[in-house]
Amino acid sequence: MAKYLLLKHYRGAPAAVNDVAMDQWTPEEVSAHMQYMDDFAKRLEGTGEFVDGQALRPEGMWVRSDGEGRPPVTDGPFAETKDLIAGWMIIDVEDQDRAIELAGQLSAAPGAGGRPIHEWLEVRPVFGEPPTVTE
Amino acid sequence: MDRAVDEALLRTLTPTVIGILGRRGADFAAAEDAVQEALVEAVRVWPGDPPRDAKGWLVTVAWRKYLDAVRADTSRRRREVLVEEEPAPGPAEVVDDTLQLYFLCAHPSLSPASAVALTLRAVGGLTTRQIAQAYLVPEATMAQRISRAKRTVAGVRFDRHGDVGTVLRVLYLVFNEGYSGDVDLAAEAIRLTRQLAASTDSEEVAGLLALMLLHHARRPARTRTDGSLVPLAEQDRGRWDTTLIAEGVELLQAALARDRLGEFQAQAAIAALHADARTAEETDWVQIVEWYDELVRLTGSAVARLNRAVAVGEADGPRAGLAALAELDPALPRHTAVAAYLHERDGDPVTAARLYADAARSAPNVAERDHLVRQAARLNALLRG
Repeated sequence: MAKYLLLKHYRGAPAAVNDVAMDQWTPEEVSAHMQYMDDFAKRLEGTGEFVDGQALRPEGMWVRSDGEGRPPVTDGPFAETKDLIAGWMIIDVEDQDRAIELAGQLSAAPGAGGRPIHEWLEVRPVFGEPPTVTE
Repeated sequence: MDRAVDEALLRTLTPTVIGILGRRGADFAAAEDAVQEALVEAVRVWPGDPPRDAKGWLVTVAWRKYLDAVRADTSRRRREVLVEEEPAPGPAEVVDDTLQLYFLCAHPSLSPASAVALTLRAVGGLTTRQIAQAYLVPEATMAQRISRAKRTVAGVRFDRHGDVGTVLRVLYLVFNEGYSGDVDLAAEAIRLTRQLAASTDSEEVAGLLALMLLHHARRPARTRTDGSLVPLAEQDRGRWDTTLIAEGVELLQAALARDRLGEFQAQAAIAALHADARTAEETDWVQIVEWYDELVRLTGSAVARLNRAVAVGEADGPRAGLAALAELDPALPRHTAVAAYLHERDGDPVTAARLYADAARSAPNVAERDHLVRQAARLNALLRG
């Protein structure tokens, strides 16, 4: 098994096919979208492939240490141009093909007009653990 | 297994047994560990061999666990001396054991999160795993939080009363910020507050219990089957639990009659006025505004001022609500959502839609975010005609 991180972006990803801001959908379309996302996570729990997932609030900032005895330096909230992650899901799947298949399903969540959004999701393999047997 | 273990009974007995070990000279941390071990053993043994006297069984087993731990402890001598030096509690010092535990677990030296965890374990009798599941953190993390909390209160004397206000704030947190998991934290908070009310004579304890009952009564109407939120005005009031409401109102009236108003009584009074209205239109907003005035006077809380602005909007019209809102810091959580609502009531759907979308971006949780997005979507659909 291999773990993959699926990243959804508020900003910074290439434009989706059905690219309409959510507040321009109908309330029913919003509900259908939420339902699809819930069902997707539940289905992956059912297949034993779901690890974890969270949605992220859009605000935030950069932080770095400014040396001992000094408070950390902050920069933000994020600039409007910055790539912004909206949420993440970690899945534990057989191989990369399966990870891509699942990301494809997630990207097809319904949006405006009830049509799939076809949004771009970032798929990142997680480093694994070293095996016990090495030769 | 012959039968399932009566978990509710185990949990009710937990603080009593910790208290008994305490009176026999065990310090809090050791007593609490011993009782947790006894609970685990009860879950294992009771199904095949249920005891006739559950409390007696727990005391015996927990005390044995405690002695085992003391013997195993290298600092045994030190502890035994300590036990001997401790003055024997005379009749005058006998305070309700459970009540002492409430004060200890909500001690002001603890952070709110630690006080919540410790209260749920020592007073509520929940396992570390259950608490961890409820707050969506790993079990090892919760175990560390609890053991650090126990170290923090290690030096606190077991037999002293604190400020009941600190206990109430912890119980309110359990009720209001409890998440999901096997254990229903709202119900657990009510159980613990009920137990506290039975052993104290405080208007504010009664006020908090009333507040919890009145809010709990609305729970069946608060979410749709898909998990989305239903605002108060749109709730099916036929689904409110009238038994809980009646109990809450009765508790509140008795507390208010003693004329020592506090923040929880004031909040409960507002909840009771909502409960009293058969339809949203019948709500007595004028009286609600008066109670918010009391609440602001008592607490100075910014959240209370924000809610007051909503109430003013209903009592005196959206313009008055917006005027009240204008006096508040726009950075307050939910300020934008309230502004959106008042602008919609004021007949300005364009501004309202924009503000709902803004508010969704700063919503504190997914359920509220989704609700606000739907509100924006609803108005935008309307505007498109």
